[in-house]
Amino acid sequence: MGRAPPFLAREGYRRRRLADMARLLPLVGLALFLMPALDARDGLSAPMLIYLFGAWAGLITVSAILARRLCRSGAMDDSDGPQAEGP
Amino acid sequence: MIPFDVLVAICLLYVALLFGVAFLAERRAAMGLGGWLRSPAIYTLSLSVYCTAWTFYGAVGYAARSGLEFVTIYLGPTLVFIGWWWTLRKLVRIGRTQRITSIADLISSRYGKSNALGVVVTLIAVVGTTPYIALQLQSVTLSFAVFAPGGAVPWAIRDLNSSALTVAAGLAVFTILFGTRNLDANERHHGVVTAIAVEAVVKLVALLAVGIFVVWGIGGGVTATLDRIETSPLAGMPIQPGRWIGLTFLSAAAILTLPRMFQVLVVENEDERHLATASWAFPAYLMLMSLFVVPIAVVGLAEMPPGANPDLFVLTLPLAHGQDGLATLAFLGGFSSATSMVIVAAIALSTMVSNHIVMPVFLKLTATGATMSGDVRKIVLRARRVSIGGVLLLGYLYYRLSGGSEALAAIGLISFAGVAQFLPALLGGILWRGATRAGAITGLTLGFAVWAYTLFLPSFGQGGVMGAALLAEGPWGIGWLRPQGLFGMDGLDPLVHAMVFSMGANVLGFVTVSLASFPNPMERLQAAQFVNVFDHSAPGQGWSQGRAEAEDLLLMAQRILGPDEAQGLFQRAAADQGKQGFLPDITPEFLQRLERELAGSVGAATAHAMVSQIVGRSAVSVEDLMKVADETAQMMEYSSQLEAKSEELARTARQLREANEKLTELSVQKDAFLSQISHELRTPMTSIRAFSEILMAGDGMGPGEMRNYSRIIHEESLRLTRLLDDLLDLSVLENGQVSLNAQEVALPDLIDRALAATVGLQGGLAIRRDPAAERVRLMTDGDRLSQVFINLISNAHKYCDASAPELTIRVREGRDGVAVDFVDNGSGIPEKSQAIIFEKFSRLSDHRKAGGAGLGLAICREIMARLGGSIVYLPGQGGAAFRVSLPRARAQAA
Amino acid sequence: MGKHVLLIEDEPNIIEAIRFILSREGWRVDTHSDGTTAYDRVTAVRPDIVILDVMLPGRSGFDILRDIRADTGLNGLPVLMLTAKGQVKDREMAERMGASRFMAKPFSNTEVLASVRELTGA
Repeated sequence: MGRAPPFLAREGYRRRRLADMARLLPLVGLALFLMPALDARDGLSAPMLIYLFGAWAGLITVSAILARRLCRSGAMDDSDGPQAEGP
Repeated sequence: MIPFDVLVAICLLYVALLFGVAFLAERRAAMGLGGWLRSPAIYTLSLSVYCTAWTFYGAVGYAARSGLEFVTIYLGPTLVFIGWWWTLRKLVRIGRTQRITSIADLISSRYGKSNALGVVVTLIAVVGTTPYIALQLQSVTLSFAVFAPGGAVPWAIRDLNSSALTVAAGLAVFTILFGTRNLDANERHHGVVTAIAVEAVVKLVALLAVGIFVVWGIGGGVTATLDRIETSPLAGMPIQPGRWIGLTFLSAAAILTLPRMFQVLVVENEDERHLATASWAFPAYLMLMSLFVVPIAVVGLAEMPPGANPDLFVLTLPLAHGQDGLATLAFLGGFSSATSMVIVAAIALSTMVSNHIVMPVFLKLTATGATMSGDVRKIVLRARRVSIGGVLLLGYLYYRLSGGSEALAAIGLISFAGVAQFLPALLGGILWRGATRAGAITGLTLGFAVWAYTLFLPSFGQGGVMGAALLAEGPWGIGWLRPQGLFGMDGLDPLVHAMVFSMGANVLGFVTVSLASFPNPMERLQAAQFVNVFDHSAPGQGWSQGRAEAEDLLLMAQRILGPDEAQGLFQRAAADQGKQGFLPDITPEFLQRLERELAGSVGAATAHAMVSQIVGRSAVSVEDLMKVADETAQMMEYSSQLEAKSEELARTARQLREANEKLTELSVQKDAFLSQISHELRTPMTSIRAFSEILMAGDGMGPGEMRNYSRIIHEESLRLTRLLDDLLDLSVLENGQVSLNAQEVALPDLIDRALAATVGLQGGLAIRRDPAAERVRLMTDGDRLSQVFINLISNAHKYCDASAPELTIRVREGRDGVAVDFVDNGSGIPEKSQAIIFEKFSRLSDHRKAGGAGLGLAICREIMARLGGSIVYLPGQGGAAFRVSLPRARAQAA
Repeated sequence: MGKHVLLIEDEPNIIEAIRFILSREGWRVDTHSDGTTAYDRVTAVRPDIVILDVMLPGRSGFDILRDIRADTGLNGLPVLMLTAKGQVKDREMAERMGASRFMAKPFSNTEVLASVRELTGA
C-alpha cells in the first residue's frame, strides 16, 4: 500500500493543522485555569469570577468552532482517506 | 409552603414521567426509529450524570465554606473535553471497536483479558462508588425533610431512613427495568439515556431558575450581586494552590475513570461524531451549572439565618421567599441529579460485578465452561439484576451505617481520588504499548491501598475505623507512617497528601513493573490493538505501527501454518509489494490472501475471526483463538505427515503414468514409422518381384519389353538401396552418433559441388546465383552441408511446377550468422503443409516425381541441428523457399 | 461375361506389371491413379472387377471401397485390395469393409491372376 504522499492535498494539510489546534486548546485552557492559583492571595473576588467565567466561555467558543470545522473537514471519518496521526 | 403530600405526588408524577419517557424511547429504538434518540444533544445531556446532587446542592455549600475552589470540579472535565482529540476520541474508538462494556472491561481487555485485573477494578469501583450512592440517598432524603410537615423541625431518623429505603428501592426497580433489558453492551440503553437527558434538562433549568431568581429577584441585578460578592464574607477567601491544582487534576481524572462517566461517555456512545459536539457543549453545560453557585452562596449566607445548612440553600432560599413553585422545581432538579447518578452508577457497577465476578465464579462452579449458549444469557441478566439490587443495598447500608454524618459531604472528593487510581492503567494502556498486566495490577493495588490508608479510612473520623492514636502517631507509634502525614509530610492538605502519595505509588509501581515484566502474547496483541486503534481502523497509515501489526499476524500465522510456510507467505507478499523481509504492508488484498491461507487450515469462519481480531473489531477472545491455533497446529502436523506420504504416492503414480504415456506415444510413433518403412520397402519390392516373375516365365515377350522390364527391376533396386541409405543416415543423425568433420570451407565451393552433384537431375532448371554475396568462409562439415544443398536443389528440380523453372540461391550475412536461401518460382508449398514437410515420410505429391521416400528434408533438419544451425521454410517468397542458417561462430568472412 | 478390370494404383511400375499379367490372359485393363476421382471412374467404367490399392494420392483405398459398397448399382462388384503396409489390422479393416479379397505386396503374379479369375468366376 502506498505511503501517504509527502505533500498532501491542501485539504489534508488543513485537517492536520486543525487537529493540531484541537490538541493545543486544552493546554491553553490549563494555563488559563491555573492563573487563579498563581494569584492565590487575592482569593475570591468579582473580577476573579468574571475572569474565570470569561476564560471558560472563550474556551468553549473556540472549542465549538474547532469541533465544527474538524467534523466538516472530514477528520472524523478515518475510514476513507489518510487518518490524521493518532496521539 | 407547599404541602408535603402534594410534593410527594409531584415527585411520583415526575417519576412516572421518567418511566414513560424511558419506555417510549425503548419502544422507538426497538422499532428502529432512532431519530433524535441518537442525536449529539442527547449524548451531551446524558454526560450530565457527572453533576450529581453533590453538585446541585453541594456546590453552593462548598462555595459557602471554601470560596472559589468548588469550580475546580468542573474545570478538570472542561479541559478533558476541549482536549477530546487527545484522549476521549481514542477511548471512544477503542470502546466501540473492542465492544467494551465497562472500565473494568477496558482495563482487563487491554492487559490480555486478565480477569484478575477485572476483579481488582470492579472492587475499587464498588468501594469508591458506594459512598457516593449513599450521598445521593442522603441528599434526596434531606431535601424531602425540608418540605416535611413541621418545617424547621427535623424529620425523625425513622422517617429519613424509610424515605431513603423507598428511594433506593424505586431506583432499583427503574434501573432493573430499563438497565437490564439487553445483554450486549453494544445494544445501548436508549430508555435510560433518554430519561437521564430529560433529568439533565430539569436540573439545569432548575438551577438556572434559582440563580436568576437570586440575582435578579433578591440580589437586585448583576452589578448589585457583584457588589454583594465583594462585600460578602467569601470575598478574599484565599485559594490554596495545592488544592486548586490537585482538584483540577482529580476531577479531570474522574471524568475519565468514574464508572458512570465511562458508561455514558464510551459504552453508550452511538457515534464518534457526537463526541465533537459534546467537546464544547458539555463544558458549556458545566459552566452554566456553576454560573450562579457563588451568587446563591453569597445571598444565602446573607439572607438565611446563621447555622442554616448551606448545602440546602438552593432549596431553602426560594422557600424563604415564598417561591413554592421555584422550590419545587429546585427539588425536582436535586432529585434528578441524585437519581440519574444512582441509575447509571448502578448499571455500570452491575455490569462490572456480573461480568467480572459473578460470571467467572459461576462458570467455575458449574465447571462446564462457556460452551452452553442460551442459558448463559439468562444467567448474566439475572446476575446483573441482582447486582443492581446489591449495589443499591450497599449504598443504603452505607448511608445507614454512616448515620448521615457530615463526613458524607467530603465523600465526593474521596470517591474521585479512589477511582482516579484507574488513570495510570487506563492512559498507560491506550498510549503505551509497553504497559503490562503485572504493572497495572501492581499500580492499581498500591494506589488503592495508599488511598484507603491515607484518605478513605481516616474519612470515617477518629474512632471510626482508625483509632485516634493511629491517626495522631502512626501505626505502632511509627511517626512517618501516619496516615495523613506519610514521610513527615504533614504540612499538606490531607486530600492533596493522599492524592500525591496514592498516585505516586500507583504510577511508580505501574511503570517500574511494566518495564521489568514481560507480557504474554495476548497482552501484546491487545496492546497493539488498543494503542494503535486508529491505524487498525484506517490502514495504510503509520508504517511502523503497521509493521507491529504485521508481526502479530505473522505470529498467528506461524502457529497455524507452521513457521516455514507462514514466513514464506509473508515474504512473498512483501516481495509482491516491492519490500524486503517478512513484513508486508497490511493491505486488504494481503489480509484476504492470508485469510484464505488460514482458512485452508482452520476453516473460513475461524480464519476470518482470527484475522479480524488482530486487525481490530471482533468480540472473539484471542485466547480462544490461540488455543484453536495450537490444537490445529497439532492436528496439522499429524495430517501433514499423512499428506506427505500420500503426496509421495501420488507423485510416483504420476511419474509412472507419464512414463507410460511416453512409452505409448513412442510405441505409436514406432508403429507408424514401421508401417511407413514397410510401405516404402514393399512398393519397389512389388515391382521387382512382379517383373522378375514375368521374366522368369519368359514367354510372349519381345526383346524391347524384356529390356524395359529389366531396367525397371534395376531402378527399383536402386530405389531400395537409396531408401536404406537414407534410413541409416537418419538413424545415425538422430542418435547423435554422427561424427562431424569441421573444417574451413568456402561457401561458393559447397554450392558448386551441390550443383555438380545434381546436374543430372537439373534438366530445365535455371540456377541464379550472386557470386559476390557468396564469398563467405565457413567452419563447418562441408560434406554434410552440401548434402543439404543437394537435397534442396533436387527438390526444386523435382517439385518446381513453373513452365520455366528457376532456382535462386541467395546468401545473406546477418548479425547472428549466414543465411542461404533456396527460392524457386513454382507454386510453393500450401500453408497447411508447411508445418509437416520436415517430418519423416511426408511426401506431399505423388511418387512418380519424388523418387525418394520422403526422408530428405527430415535428414536436412537433422544435419542442420548437428551443425548448430537450422533449416526453415520461408513463406511468402513467390515459390518454395528454404532458408539454411548457420551460426556466426561457424561463419567467418572470407 | 466380359473380362474387364479396373486397376486403381499409383505406382507406375506396379501398374505396368499387373497390366502385363492380366492383358496377356485376355483381360481388358483400365488404369486409374488418382484417389479422389477413382469412385467416379468405377461408376463410369463399370468393370467386372476392381483392383484397388490402399495408399493412393488424394484419397484412401478404404474410403473408395466404402463408396463402392454403399452404391447399390455396384452390388456384387468384386474388389481385390492390395496394400504395401501388410499389417494385420489393414487386412481386418479391408474384410470388415467388404473387400472381396486382400493381398499384401509384394504379391505373386499367379496368385493375382488366380484371384481375379476366381472373383469374376471367369
